Amino acid sequence: MIADFGYGILVLAFLTAIYSVWAAVYGELGKKPALVESARRAMLLTWPLLTLAAAVLIYLLVNDHYEVQFVYEVTSRSMPLYLKITAWWGGQAGSLLFWSWLMSAFTSLVTLRKWDRDREFLPWVIVVGGVTMAFFIGMNVFFENPFAKLYQTFDGHIAPFTLQPANSILFTPSDGRGLNPLLRHPGMIIHPPMLYLGFVSFVIPYAFAIAALVTGRTDDRWIRITRRWALWAWLFLSAGLVLGGRWAYDVLGWGGYWGWDPVEIAAFMPWLTGTAFLHSVMIQEKRGMFKHWNMLLIILTYDLVIFGTFLTRSGVLSSVHSFAQSAIGPLFFAFIGITLIISVALIIYRWDMLKSETQMTSMLSREALFLLNNLLFMGVLVVCFWGVIYPLISELFTGQKVTVGPPFYERATSPLFAALMLLMGIAPLSAWGHSTVKTLGRAIWKPALGAAIVTAVLAFTYTQNIIALVGFFLVALVILVTLYEYGRGALARQRSQGENIFLAFWNLTGRNRRRYGGYIIHLSMMLMAIGILGIELFQVETQGTIAIGDSLELAGYTIKYREVASWDNPGAGVNYTRAVVEVYDRNGNLLGNLHPRKDFYFDSQQPMTIPGQLASLKDEVYVLLIDWEPINQESTTFKIFVNPLVNWLWLGSLLFLVGIIIAAWPDKDPERVTVHAAKRMEQPSAAD
Amino acid sequence: MALMISLLFAAAVFAQDGTPTDDEVNKIAKDLYCPVCESTPLDVCPTDACRQWRELIRKQLAEGKSEEEIKQYFVTQYGARVLSEPPNRWASYLVPVAAFLLGAFMLFRGFRMWIKPMAVESASGEDEAAPIPQDDYIRRMEEELKKRK
Repeated sequence: MIADFGYGILVLAFLTAIYSVWAAVYGELGKKPALVESARRAMLLTWPLLTLAAAVLIYLLVNDHYEVQFVYEVTSRSMPLYLKITAWWGGQAGSLLFWSWLMSAFTSLVTLRKWDRDREFLPWVIVVGGVTMAFFIGMNVFFENPFAKLYQTFDGHIAPFTLQPANSILFTPSDGRGLNPLLRHPGMIIHPPMLYLGFVSFVIPYAFAIAALVTGRTDDRWIRITRRWALWAWLFLSAGLVLGGRWAYDVLGWGGYWGWDPVEIAAFMPWLTGTAFLHSVMIQEKRGMFKHWNMLLIILTYDLVIFGTFLTRSGVLSSVHSFAQSAIGPLFFAFIGITLIISVALIIYRWDMLKSETQMTSMLSREALFLLNNLLFMGVLVVCFWGVIYPLISELFTGQKVTVGPPFYERATSPLFAALMLLMGIAPLSAWGHSTVKTLGRAIWKPALGAAIVTAVLAFTYTQNIIALVGFFLVALVILVTLYEYGRGALARQRSQGENIFLAFWNLTGRNRRRYGGYIIHLSMMLMAIGILGIELFQVETQGTIAIGDSLELAGYTIKYREVASWDNPGAGVNYTRAVVEVYDRNGNLLGNLHPRKDFYFDSQQPMTIPGQLASLKDEVYVLLIDWEPINQESTTFKIFVNPLVNWLWLGSLLFLVGIIIAAWPDKDPERVTVHAAKRMEQPSAAD
Repeated sequence: MALMISLLFAAAVFAQDGTPTDDEVNKIAKDLYCPVCESTPLDVCPTDACRQWRELIRKQLAEGKSEEEIKQYFVTQYGARVLSEPPNRWASYLVPVAAFLLGAFMLFRGFRMWIKPMAVESASGEDEAAPIPQDDYIRRMEEELKKRK
């Protein structure tokens, strides 16, 4: 009964979204402002409706309503309450509802903003938000109903139905199948919401871009309105990616953080276009150039967001995330195709209005380098996209199934990433409008010399690996250039304002958060690069089967096997097997105890491997319990990785989030600030 | 010499008691993917099927087969999808490389087109030593600096 109520609400939300699209278009074209206002209110209504539907679903999840198929599939009696709630996005139907719910929250937020200065955008923003939302709610209503119940027909067949079929009885299993144990990790609980937040918030800049195209108001107003939305979208998407990496590192038991899995790439692709977008909009704001390109980038980002959701959710491409399989693929494809065609057609329609206001003057100017940056990001995107669809193309045309694995992506993207790093070192020193080899050379020679010295020292003390040394040179160059730029600003401020150096740094960042937030992001990228170079180039591993008291050796570490124990936790429905190993360094000093674990979940009949990790900035000892003999304990198999420098990656990730938050933190309303400033100018200040 | 090399090779394969070690098995398994657990390389896949594959690799190593022969065995049995990369590698790289080169070509052609009119302008009027226009923020900062000195 309550499930049917939830479904009814979903249908209502679907109709409301459709209505808001209709009312917005009809009201705007027919000059009926009241109808546009009605569309706005309809849009605002979707959020409470979807919240109610979600509340019903959570009620069902928490109260063990296993007659509901979705509840049966993702929860079980032994799961704790918080997991029963977060199981909401642990399966296909629920996560689509979650997507729509977030989407409605964002569109509601945006319709609540003050529209006085750009009223003409409103109906079209509603149209884009409404169409997107209607599509996702429609998926739930017509194909993936989270409220479908299990019915047993007279021939004994059990299947989920939205409405009770004739001659059938409700079937209620006594317990659910339980959430995939891999998804019970805290990282996996926050990772999907973060990604989805990133996904849906990129819809907002897209909506404004389309509104700008439709209304013909093609100045950079749409960019200024949505800049912060794009930054927050980027923050969430980045956080989602980083959390996903950390989750993989902690629970997948392969000693890595990124496997170039199609679903990882699906989330990475909108990030690539989004990053290119964040850079290239600056050209439009400063120089009024490349308006077509920015439009195209945000359109691509939007459709890659839909494509990303589709890849995760449809199972059309096999991947570790293939728990999400259903027949909604063709619809997603159609939606992507239609939105892409309409959006690009709009750009062509407005082509002449989007002409550049100024001209490019130098190939080394900031705007030229930003374009190069865009070219490289697009290059990485093409590699990713091609790698994802190549198996399909191969199967379609040659009938041969192939795998496109990490070697392809690594070989194809690493030169592009290196070039991006080089740009990150040069671009901050180049000026808008005009730069020459001479001016750039004058600015860069000191940091470059410093980076060369760092590289030479590393060559003598750490590694002779050429790829690593090139990488470390670029890392050092970017860090030194960024610090040089940052330091120059802070010193100037210190001298002019008489502030101490820390205060100068603080105020400098506060005054121009976008620039210095960006610098902090560049720095954090370099810390991450150190970690990636370390683990990709220097990771070593060994696997061995040993008895208690024996040890394995790897990269100067000795791992001694102490004991193993196994016990059931009936309440949680898990069997734990936990080994104790000691880690010694080269000189025989005990560094610590590690507890690699293997958890076996009874409800889903799946194991989960939890590594023991001994972390330092130099490297990380990562021990996995692969296999063990319950009876004599004489043979237990361990796999050991030593991952050099990997913790720089996590450190960098944290700094990265700090950087984006600094860049994205809401400003005061710029127009109000101008008024304040004007007032201040009138009053003589104490300092003068 | 050849004998020495083959001896060294044999020593590497048959560590101590003659059974190939896990590390030797994993070295080959790393590049293989079973058709069921897609996107998970064989060396880290926890399923029973993959364990059996690893044992198969161990057996074949013990029989003295080379890495290439073992990979070929799996390809013959299960198709090219067990390899981490498509067999005709150039086909997989062709499209992204071509697309990137096309993009680069278009960009540089664009650069030349955009810059040309400006070059004519600067040749006729401005002289080379003209101060470089900095972006707003730096300029303001430096003006401020001059004022305070």
